[in-house]
Amino acid sequence: MEQMYTTLKELAVGGGDLTFFQTFFVKFYQAFIEADRWLQYLNGVKTTLIVTALALILGICLGLIVALIRTAHDQQRPGKKNPILGFLNLVAKIYVTVIRGTPMMVQLLIMSFVIFSSSRNFTLVGTLTLGINSGAYVAEIIRGGLMSVDKGQMEAGRSLGLNYVQSMRFIIIPQAVKAILPALGNEFIVLLKDTSLITVIGGKELLYAAQGIYNRTYEQMFPLLGIACIYLLLVCVLSWLLGKLERRLRQGDRR
Amino acid sequence: MIDVKNLKKAFGDHVVLKDISEHIYPGEKVVVIGPSGSGKSTFLRCLNLLETPTSGTITFEGTDITDPKTNIDKMRQQMGMVFQHFNLFPNMTIKKNITLAPVQTGLMKQAEADEEAMRLLKMVDLVDKADAYPNQLSGGQKQRIAIVRALAMKPKVMLFDEPTSALDPEMVGEVLDVMKQLAAEGMTMVVVTHEMGFAREVGDRVLFMADGYIVEQNNPAELFGNPQHERTKSFLAKVL
Repeated sequence: MEQMYTTLKELAVGGGDLTFFQTFFVKFYQAFIEADRWLQYLNGVKTTLIVTALALILGICLGLIVALIRTAHDQQRPGKKNPILGFLNLVAKIYVTVIRGTPMMVQLLIMSFVIFSSSRNFTLVGTLTLGINSGAYVAEIIRGGLMSVDKGQMEAGRSLGLNYVQSMRFIIIPQAVKAILPALGNEFIVLLKDTSLITVIGGKELLYAAQGIYNRTYEQMFPLLGIACIYLLLVCVLSWLLGKLERRLRQGDRR
Repeated sequence: MIDVKNLKKAFGDHVVLKDISEHIYPGEKVVVIGPSGSGKSTFLRCLNLLETPTSGTITFEGTDITDPKTNIDKMRQQMGMVFQHFNLFPNMTIKKNITLAPVQTGLMKQAEADEEAMRLLKMVDLVDKADAYPNQLSGGQKQRIAIVRALAMKPKVMLFDEPTSALDPEMVGEVLDVMKQLAAEGMTMVVVTHEMGFAREVGDRVLFMADGYIVEQNNPAELFGNPQHERTKSFLAKVL
């Protein structure tokens, strides 16, 4: 195959006419096989998945904390407001407003060039930014889920003498998870695709790999279409897994 | 047992309870009746602070529960509550519904609570539902479980907030039977209800509430047979 590529390449450079399939072969070979370039894509996919997973974990942790603070603040008994909770709620509100109110791309550039301007680990800075960004959206998703649980459930828990934290942990959160899952899955998919943005600050994920390759071969179509297919495949696998998880959780309703 | 003094409750500008003073004695069965919107449920929910009173005090066995320094969870552990819409926890089995609070509050060990749950389920004749989920039960069964769940905490008083209002008519009887049994065992009970038959049969005292006041109260025979107040008369004429 390598031989065929070399022959055809020489032919093309020499001004010879190639058929459609021959051109296709040359470009495809250039984009994926020559100099073991597929390895670069593979590494890109690996980084993309790791970045997604880390950002997701960070996002869910941040989101859960913010959502719990905001819900707890809103559910305080009148006349018994906790000033610490009030302060935390203010911080949480500012966080959500700022993150949701500014473009992700701008956040990435600020993190990379202003806040962590001395850091060379662009992928890590990108992951951190994605996680912080995702946290704001996840917070609102979780808050919505917690609020969707019938008010009577909390009342029943409290009337039995359970405290607020116990009622949340055993009664409200388990029920909220089911309501949250579809929206959270959606956020997960968005996050996976948004990892491509960290290329702008030099994060070495899948899009970065494709760029590196077409900057060398001057042939953009195949690397770009190639990674588009890879993203699509990843998202399909992810949605399939999420669908499975959802179906399993829903089985509880029919018991 | 429960002493209510000058209780007022307003939701924003809407004053629901205007000035309620009342005392509930140990072992007493108090039934609260009245037209909808008269504040019956709000009054009951104030008794275990599910609603925070705007002013006034509520004292439970010598402890002022309206005092912000009072540990309200400890107080609520001694007051069972049954809701109109059951509010069973759909994510747990029936047994778990019953044992959750006793175990988590440290009242019982899991094994002990399980045993207690089975004893209580036998009482309401639902032993076979121990491992079922709430959604598999009928309304009447759910409410019987809700009563048992509250009883598992071994409360000193039981508060019932229209326990039969959300039930199909043929299921009202089975729930009232459990409540009657409970009454016969000497439980202190405060019951908000539209079941006049129950009020007459079980109540030691009936409170008639309207427009945020307790308009009239008496033993059931007197209140139903010989109402004094105009408001009571017109209400009873409509429901009886």
